Amino acid sequence: MKLRLAHLYPKLMNIYGDRGNIMCFERRCRGREIEFELDELSIGDAFDPGAYDLVFIGGAQDAEQRRVVDDLRDVKGEALQEYVERDGVLLAVCGGYQLMGAYYRSADGGELPGVGLLDLWTEHPGPDAKRFIGNVVIEWEGETLVGFENHGGRTHLGPRARPLGSVVTGFGNNGDDGGEGAVCRNVYGTYLHGSLLPKNPRFADHLLALALAGENGDVRLAPLDDMVEEQAHAEALRLATRRSIIRR
Amino acid sequence: MRLTAAILAARTVAALSRGLRRGGGTALPGLVAERLDPGLVPTLAARLGQGSALVTGTNGKTTTARMVRGICRKAGLRPVANREGSNMMRGVAAALAGSVRWDGSFSAPKKRIGIFEVDEATMPLVARSVEPRAVLFTNLFRDQLDRYGEVETVATLWRAAVRSFPAEVTLALNADDPAVASLSDVALGKVVLYGVDDETQAGGSLEHAADARWCYACGSELEYAVVFYGHLGHWRCPGCHRARPTPDVAVSALTTANDGMNVTLRTLAGEVSVRLPLVGLYNAYNAAAATALAVALGIETKAIEQGLAGVTAAFGRQERLAVDGREVQVILAKNPAGVNQVIRTITADGAPKHLAVFLNDDIADGRDISWIWDVDFELLSGGVASLVVSGRRAWDMALRLKYAGLGERPEVEHDAKLALRQAIAATPEGGTLYVIPTYTAMLDVRNILGRWSGRGAFWEGDAR
Ligand SMILES: [Zn+2]
Repeated sequence: MKLRLAHLYPKLMNIYGDRGNIMCFERRCRGREIEFELDELSIGDAFDPGAYDLVFIGGAQDAEQRRVVDDLRDVKGEALQEYVERDGVLLAVCGGYQLMGAYYRSADGGELPGVGLLDLWTEHPGPDAKRFIGNVVIEWEGETLVGFENHGGRTHLGPRARPLGSVVTGFGNNGDDGGEGAVCRNVYGTYLHGSLLPKNPRFADHLLALALAGENGDVRLAPLDDMVEEQAHAEALRLATRRSIIRR
Repeated sequence: MRLTAAILAARTVAALSRGLRRGGGTALPGLVAERLDPGLVPTLAARLGQGSALVTGTNGKTTTARMVRGICRKAGLRPVANREGSNMMRGVAAALAGSVRWDGSFSAPKKRIGIFEVDEATMPLVARSVEPRAVLFTNLFRDQLDRYGEVETVATLWRAAVRSFPAEVTLALNADDPAVASLSDVALGKVVLYGVDDETQAGGSLEHAADARWCYACGSELEYAVVFYGHLGHWRCPGCHRARPTPDVAVSALTTANDGMNVTLRTLAGEVSVRLPLVGLYNAYNAAAATALAVALGIETKAIEQGLAGVTAAFGRQERLAVDGREVQVILAKNPAGVNQVIRTITADGAPKHLAVFLNDDIADGRDISWIWDVDFELLSGGVASLVVSGRRAWDMALRLKYAGLGERPEVEHDAKLALRQAIAATPEGGTLYVIPTYTAMLDVRNILGRWSGRGAFWEGDAR
């Protein structure tokens, strides 16, 4: 078995330790003797929709996000659309998540068009608005996901996307409707970084199994020694929920 | 009248907090003083006969400011300085209120010079209050993003502040950091540039933590002939042909030997050769930065040489303590670029190392710990003889180190004392234990080790 991963704009979209997510995919493949292939695609590189099982895009600062927008739409947009229609799996975190929607309106009112793979839009209420920063816990498929969020934009989902999970503690998409992240077909978006995947190994495996199923049918992933992963998850969960009680 | 009340209150609070042993509790006196008299900082700063200089930037502030103070003393001046970790406005207020007499006058006012290390984002505010003669910018790396938002935000803030400085203000700038060097484009006054010329110090390709890869002016990706660390190096922009300017103060040679290094600095006034009791390229940068600021202040080469030679490790920056027949070195972990330098420095001799790593997530540490995934801990793989992980986010760090190949189940002990005991026990007698804590963990660690080594705790130590 082989997993072919495309990492979009690794040099530009990497602000919150996003490398950890790539390392996680690699480690959890190699630990099961699944071959792992990584392609880093930058500005100007074409995206071949048939060449990958999994696509990752991370977060960026505003200035770098602006550099990516044109390329995402004009160079890779159509091919990504095709990839998604073939039920390709994609994970987008933070800034990358915002770019998957219809548009991002920044604090100064300027609008960045998104690539439209997720039915959502994001608006920054203005320079004086509170930034959503802190530890976050969400409930996902009966489990918890833990991480850290840091975003000024408020994301709202349209009818063709559902939230990835519901906020247990933290702000989530917009601090209002209790939703966090978005899912549409096999496209996953979330504000959680930290890095997200190493200490949420079940979510990482969920994505891997989905990605491998495309070429290999139903895939059962062998268990790994996740003692340290589970401890890190439990510690983040404990600290996030304890602090939210003290702070409110 | 108000000034005297503010000075009095600040000193009383300072004495009280020392009495209560609130380690590092240096913010409160300044806060009280500022509340009572918002004009305290400008009033007292104007009484410094030699004016003031500010030191700002992500990394190297504390050690560099310490070097500059040493140089000033050798030049016959009497520096007034804030304590490290207290680098906001209130820290400057506390320093000034604590240095004057009750009536607000300085002893030997003609020799007084303010040397203040200031937080990157607070610098413009402090500059407006103290009206410095010179400002040193060391570098701009990712640091505690949950606090500042973004690196680009700080760069923009700096450019605006520099534009507003009067022409009498001299800047000391790191030529090797494109984001800092570009400040010379908007400076009205004189600029003293510093950097590293010794290309044998090159660290290979850009690290994962590298930030300023793009030209601020035209947006092109920068090219590097040499990378020293992070995004520091000999850069040029293929788009608009901006390039690393030739430094006025440059590290022309650097050799490491016996827990220290010999540094040769080329300056316009001649060579400065010193032996520093510190190691690591980042400390050579600090020495060059201190020299550039001293040059900007018009201090002579001889005093610079003497000042640098007399420098000692700042608190928790390669500070060495003797505990139970072992040498314990405490090295602060601040951000990816800094930790990468620490790792490169301690692994330079190739011998396996004994380590204790502490990760906390208080505001002063950065509440967002995702930065640990940008550190190249992989460089330690195969080079660790023993490892203990501690701090509030110990398991996150253990997971990161597991990924780096330092063992499937790294030893975790949350209790700082027990963790240090374990780490010391795992280090053979006569050996060296490296303790790498984040800021608030460093205060704990230093207090415990200070007691065990008889060196004293934080509140007794002098960070000046
Ligand atoms: Zn350019």
